[in-house]
Amino acid sequence: MTTTLAVQAAQMLLVLGLAPLLVGFVRKVKARLLRRQGPPLIQPYRDLIRLLRKDLVLATSASWLFRAIPYLIFAATWVAAALVPTFATGLMFSWSADLIVIIALLGLARFFLALAGLDVGTSFGGIGSSREVMIASLAEPAMLMIVFTLALAAGSTQLSTMAEYLASGEAGLRFSLGLALIALIIVAIAENARIPVDNPATHLELTMVHEAMVLEYSGRHLALIDLSAELKLLLYVSLIACLFMPWGIAAPDAGLEALLIGVIAYIAKLTAVGFLLAVFETSIAKMRVFRVPEFLGVALMLALLATLLLFVSRSL
Amino acid sequence: MTLVVVLAIAAALLIVSALSLALLGTALGRILVYGISLTLAGIGLAAALGALIGQVPTETLTLPLGLPWIGAHFRLDALSAFFLVVVNLGGGAASLYALGFGRHETAPQRVLPFYPLFLAGMTLVVIADDAFTFLFSWEFMSLSSWALVMAHDHVRENLRAGYVYLVMASFGTLALLIAFGLLAGPDGAYAFDAIRNSQVAPGLVPLVLILVLIGSGSKAGLVPLHAWLPLAHPAAPSHVSGLLSGVMTKVAVYAFARIVFDLLGDPAWWWSMVVLALAGITCVMGVLYALMQHDLKRLLAYHTVENIGIIFIGLGLALGFQAYGLGWAAALAFTAALLHVLNHSLFKHLLFLGSGAVLTATGERNMEHLGGLIHRMPLTAFTFLVGCVAISALPPLNGFVSEWLTFQAILQSPQLPSWGLKFLIPAVGSLLALSAALAAACFVKAFGITFLGRPRTEAARRAHETDAFSLTSMFTLATLCLIAGILPGYFIDALAPVAKSMVGESMPLQHGVPFLSIVPIAEGRSSYNGLLVFLFMVVSGVAAAIVIHRFASDRIRRGPAWDCGYPDPSTQTQYTSSSFAQPIRRVFGTLVFRASEQVDMPPPGDQRPARLVVRLTDTIWDALYEPIAVVVGTIADRLNRLQYLSIRHYLGFVFVSLVGLLLVLAIWP
Repeated sequence: MTTTLAVQAAQMLLVLGLAPLLVGFVRKVKARLLRRQGPPLIQPYRDLIRLLRKDLVLATSASWLFRAIPYLIFAATWVAAALVPTFATGLMFSWSADLIVIIALLGLARFFLALAGLDVGTSFGGIGSSREVMIASLAEPAMLMIVFTLALAAGSTQLSTMAEYLASGEAGLRFSLGLALIALIIVAIAENARIPVDNPATHLELTMVHEAMVLEYSGRHLALIDLSAELKLLLYVSLIACLFMPWGIAAPDAGLEALLIGVIAYIAKLTAVGFLLAVFETSIAKMRVFRVPEFLGVALMLALLATLLLFVSRSL
Repeated sequence: MTLVVVLAIAAALLIVSALSLALLGTALGRILVYGISLTLAGIGLAAALGALIGQVPTETLTLPLGLPWIGAHFRLDALSAFFLVVVNLGGGAASLYALGFGRHETAPQRVLPFYPLFLAGMTLVVIADDAFTFLFSWEFMSLSSWALVMAHDHVRENLRAGYVYLVMASFGTLALLIAFGLLAGPDGAYAFDAIRNSQVAPGLVPLVLILVLIGSGSKAGLVPLHAWLPLAHPAAPSHVSGLLSGVMTKVAVYAFARIVFDLLGDPAWWWSMVVLALAGITCVMGVLYALMQHDLKRLLAYHTVENIGIIFIGLGLALGFQAYGLGWAAALAFTAALLHVLNHSLFKHLLFLGSGAVLTATGERNMEHLGGLIHRMPLTAFTFLVGCVAISALPPLNGFVSEWLTFQAILQSPQLPSWGLKFLIPAVGSLLALSAALAAACFVKAFGITFLGRPRTEAARRAHETDAFSLTSMFTLATLCLIAGILPGYFIDALAPVAKSMVGESMPLQHGVPFLSIVPIAEGRSSYNGLLVFLFMVVSGVAAAIVIHRFASDRIRRGPAWDCGYPDPSTQTQYTSSSFAQPIRRVFGTLVFRASEQVDMPPPGDQRPARLVVRLTDTIWDALYEPIAVVVGTIADRLNRLQYLSIRHYLGFVFVSLVGLLLVLAIWP
């Protein structure tokens, strides 16, 4: 009981602490790949602290909702991130929400972020929101179909159970899981506004989505929104790691040693996925916004195919 | 006892209607009608809840009314009790709202007499226990609601809405009439008990199923029979729109559940195929139509179509599971559908009431003329936001719970042996997922364009908060949305007797589950705790706020919007409802609505403004309704000649048909 509680608490703080680092790492690798020096690894932390110190500049037409939204988004994303197993399965509160709920919590955060884009009444905010909901309208069903695939394979929608099942080796190599992995990677790229769907580094382009929605935020609000975005990236990386790279993850009532191995393995996985993400982003160009539906349509079709295969036979 | 109370309420509503005629045009009349309706709905709600939760045994009653040799049968079982809860909850909320809202009614004499009749009609439908009483109450409900739809008949649009509604409602009743005729058999056993105990000839079952789908589906708004709904629901005064969308469509779901699960006998697997296919299409079409609207009330009405699809997906799954004897899974799907019935009646009602408040405050239904209302009507905006989150199926509110249960039911379907269902159900699942995501987009648009941003017109700039009665009603519904979202276990348990009586089994009882979680099948499979998720979010949000206000700068400066350095003071530069939907229109609309955009750019030197013309085609209307209208029109034109004949011709016709009928009788084996 106390161990699981401790693991849960450690995990909540760990994701919060590591999220900016992951972003810093990806930026650093991208910079090195482009033969630039790049900002130091801890730059995202510095950015957050700097933003927190600054005054808040609020547009005159902003409403009370605009000021509440950063906290809402942060809360929803943090709760979702805390429910994804990172270094140990069997989290204290994993039974309170299954993978569908985690996806829906991210959907809640997106719902409010899109509203924030519309609140001040600028054209940039509107363009960001309208494109975000368009992307989400394909990414979310694709994600749900991925959840279906995993749930049918593991016989449960609980993320901990799924992770344990996939870690047990009982699953083996399966065609449907392979399709689900590809779909999940596509969805993760789109959901986190990475290249080729969106460019996290731009600020003045008509093609931007996420940055356009948060254009009116400043100071502590922007810090929270940035931290939430970083948490979301970490969440998706953790999700891919715990489902498709389940090596080294500690069992529910493991000893201290196993937990330590779990943490080291988790950091190694983050490094690996972060590195791959940076390589992928450097080697591909950004898409036109109306190519994105096709890109996401592929994910939706693959995930649907994976689900269909499992409906036909549980062993596929 | 409960049944007597419910019948007394219906009778009292009829008397109120008569009374209102005497007090037409006075404030007293309004207060009397809505006040008494509110009280009666409260009593009805208490009685129905008592019957549902107390698991009172089925009550029956026969009154010497209606057809002399049948009488009027009434029956109150778990299913009726549940739908009575929905009707009375909706009726209560609408009446409370109307105590304040009704003050702005321009034509009270066209609303007040019919409002209690409409409530009485819906009450009688769910307790009717023979075909005649059922159809009579059904038609009573249809006609009284038609009168309410036509309340504002000076608007041209409403005339068309009323016409289409009347045609579709008569068509639906006709289908139900024939269905009951087939169910009753040649002996004319019209009491539901007799129908329950007899077996329909197997060859007739498909026909009955189709007729019931047409009859109840046309009232509920199943695609392609939804055409009247988005016209008629917004035309009525807002509290009645809420009743039409939130409650009357549910009465149609009741009709389907009653006939198909209770009267028609054991289901076959293909029933499920038909229902699921229709429901899946309904889901996605409903929400896509809704996304294309810029009239707030019409958007809400179209969105009802989507939710009816979700409910019918649950019912279809329940049929499939039942056909193969998987009672526990059927109970899960059926409970999910019923829970969505309740949830939808809560949040859709809330949203319609909110749109009514906006309408009173600004006189506008068109979102393109609104904006920035959150500053002027913060309380209405808050409740509307709660409704939007709930209807978008986002945790921790109630819409999410019923969709989550539906997903859980879908995940049980690989156990079905039928290949048809094995292929159809994943496809329906993906349609459901797609419609859930599109619903969120739709309500970002509805809330964002109406309440956020800057006011687009003078009317929106001068909006004012609505009255206390309306706010009380909306806050009650919003609170119920939250309660049903964070404590779903109690609601699922209350539905257990309904599932038990309809599909033979019920979901495992939830009250023993620790920490008020819900566990639909087994703990290892799935569980959800809305309360805990809600508390976690509150705690982490508050913690973040405290930490930030303790350690970070807490200064605020107000300034003009940044907008990348080029803020435009004109409110016309904001995104509108049409431009917000443009990406989705381009992705989905080109296929579904054959959407096309044309930019009309004047040549250099020309002073006229550039225009963007968007064309959408309602494919279903064009492909289905237009041809029928053309055929009916042509035939009517041809037959028109018959009306200008001489008396000799008519006598001749009478003679010929008489001889013809006698011949048929003579030849009939």
